[in-house]
Amino acid sequence: MKVLVPVKRVVDANVKVRVKADNTNVDTTNLKMALNPFCEIAVEEAVRLKEAGIATEVVVVSVGAKVVQEQLRTAMALGADRAIHIETDEDLVPLSIAKLLKAVQEKEQAQLIIFGKQSIDGDNNQTGQMLAALTDMPQATFASEVKLDGEKVTVTREIDGGLQTLSMPLPAIVTVDLRLNEPRYASLPNIMKAKRKPLDTLAVADLGVSLKAHQTVLKVTPPVDRKAGIMVSSVEELVEKLKNEAKVI
Amino acid sequence: MAILVLAEHDNVSLKSDTAKVVSAATAIGGDIHLLVAGADCGAAVTAAQALAGVSKVLVADSAEYGAQLAENLSKLVVELAADYEHILAAASSIGKDTLPRVAALLDVAQISEVIDVVSSDTFVRPIYAGNALATVQSLDAKKVMTVRSSAFDAVASTGSAETVNLSQVITARTEFVSQALTESARPELGNAGIIVSGGRGMGSGENFAILEQLADKLGAAVGASRAAVDAGFVPNDLQVGQTGKIVAPDLYIAVGISGAIQHLAGMKDSKVIVAINKDPEAPIFQVADYGLVADLFEAVPALNNLV
Repeated sequence: MKVLVPVKRVVDANVKVRVKADNTNVDTTNLKMALNPFCEIAVEEAVRLKEAGIATEVVVVSVGAKVVQEQLRTAMALGADRAIHIETDEDLVPLSIAKLLKAVQEKEQAQLIIFGKQSIDGDNNQTGQMLAALTDMPQATFASEVKLDGEKVTVTREIDGGLQTLSMPLPAIVTVDLRLNEPRYASLPNIMKAKRKPLDTLAVADLGVSLKAHQTVLKVTPPVDRKAGIMVSSVEELVEKLKNEAKVI
Repeated sequence: MAILVLAEHDNVSLKSDTAKVVSAATAIGGDIHLLVAGADCGAAVTAAQALAGVSKVLVADSAEYGAQLAENLSKLVVELAADYEHILAAASSIGKDTLPRVAALLDVAQISEVIDVVSSDTFVRPIYAGNALATVQSLDAKKVMTVRSSAFDAVASTGSAETVNLSQVITARTEFVSQALTESARPELGNAGIIVSGGRGMGSGENFAILEQLADKLGAAVGASRAAVDAGFVPNDLQVGQTGKIVAPDLYIAVGISGAIQHLAGMKDSKVIVAINKDPEAPIFQVADYGLVADLFEAVPALNNLV
């Protein structure tokens, strides 16, 4: 069984971004970039399926400028077999990315597509669901457990209020939550090996997909800063402030 | 043109998220219809009819919609979509699961986690864990969006909308197996006026008992940071943050939480933030209105005695 894992390059999770002075976007120049943490979990799950003898091939795919190849190499160092890079310098909305991924899936015919549930930059939480709709596949989002049994996948999902378990026929789409697994670190030999693994680059035009503009970002602004608070020296003072100053208890 | 709001409910009770999404719909302006899709969801329909500003409640009551699966729920919404310019749902686990499918089937982009309505086609949403706000103008004919309910006040329950029963029954290949909900007598995180949250500093699940005592005394909900959830102290659905619940209570008490970017994303719109931490350098103190540098195992019981 082939597993397809779409991955994204994002600003490292520990970096606090700043909005550009002209309010056109956040400033990402010279920031540390990384594989989106949720995508890392998706890759890890796919690699574990391969190690368990369930998956035969793990293919990673990313849409973006040439630099996303770094993250595709990282994914291959973690155990993916090969990578597909769809090259574009444009900043695409999740729907456009899902359309490109649909074209990839038509060629690859993966039985399982594993996504991160959201990217930590756009915070959209859309792409997996959109690809599921475009390919008319069943979906299980926010997975914290994935079990494959023949032609079925059973997924435990994190929902508001608790956990839910769904079962779906393959091919299916799963988007993963933080709790699914603990991604491994890439070892140096695996990083070296990943350099020789196949990486195909495609242009958007090669995929025969027509994309359109869906939205305009008018401005990007910093959130309102909270006023600096005060430090209290005792629990008594804290309770007094909450009762008489903030009046919240 | 009209606005369709996907109601958030568990077949029995209508969630307060729905009243908040209706509030966002009211800000857009237009005739507001509510879709209640579920199984034996009569009680939720009655509550939905009462929401102020809603003129019609569309009812799809069938066993097929009992688990509110995105696969068939999205197709139902798309069948209704011709009459609507805006389709809204709460940015809840059901809304986030379903609406992107709706948007893709309609060939429009989705705007996620809207926190402000600028005009009928322009909306504000947070990006990068809330460290920037993007004002986005939709160029699509239909606007599909999820609404961050903590950013809107609930509408009153003073209305009396008519109901229309829908005949569409769409089946899903996805099969509902089981559900395990966290049982709690405390208020839901999303609705609570006060939240007491614990982090890694709590040390163990047993130690959360002192936070629970404080929460019960304050009528508060209990939340947690990712560290506390990952360590197994409390269930995942209590996680507050970029990837957990986004909350904005009147009072948020962060106990033993350092204040990582991802946690702040979920609570920094709270009206008053209190931080109790023994590390004076913890980033949480930069957003706290009242900070107390102390050992939480002394401070929390003392607080419990005083409130």
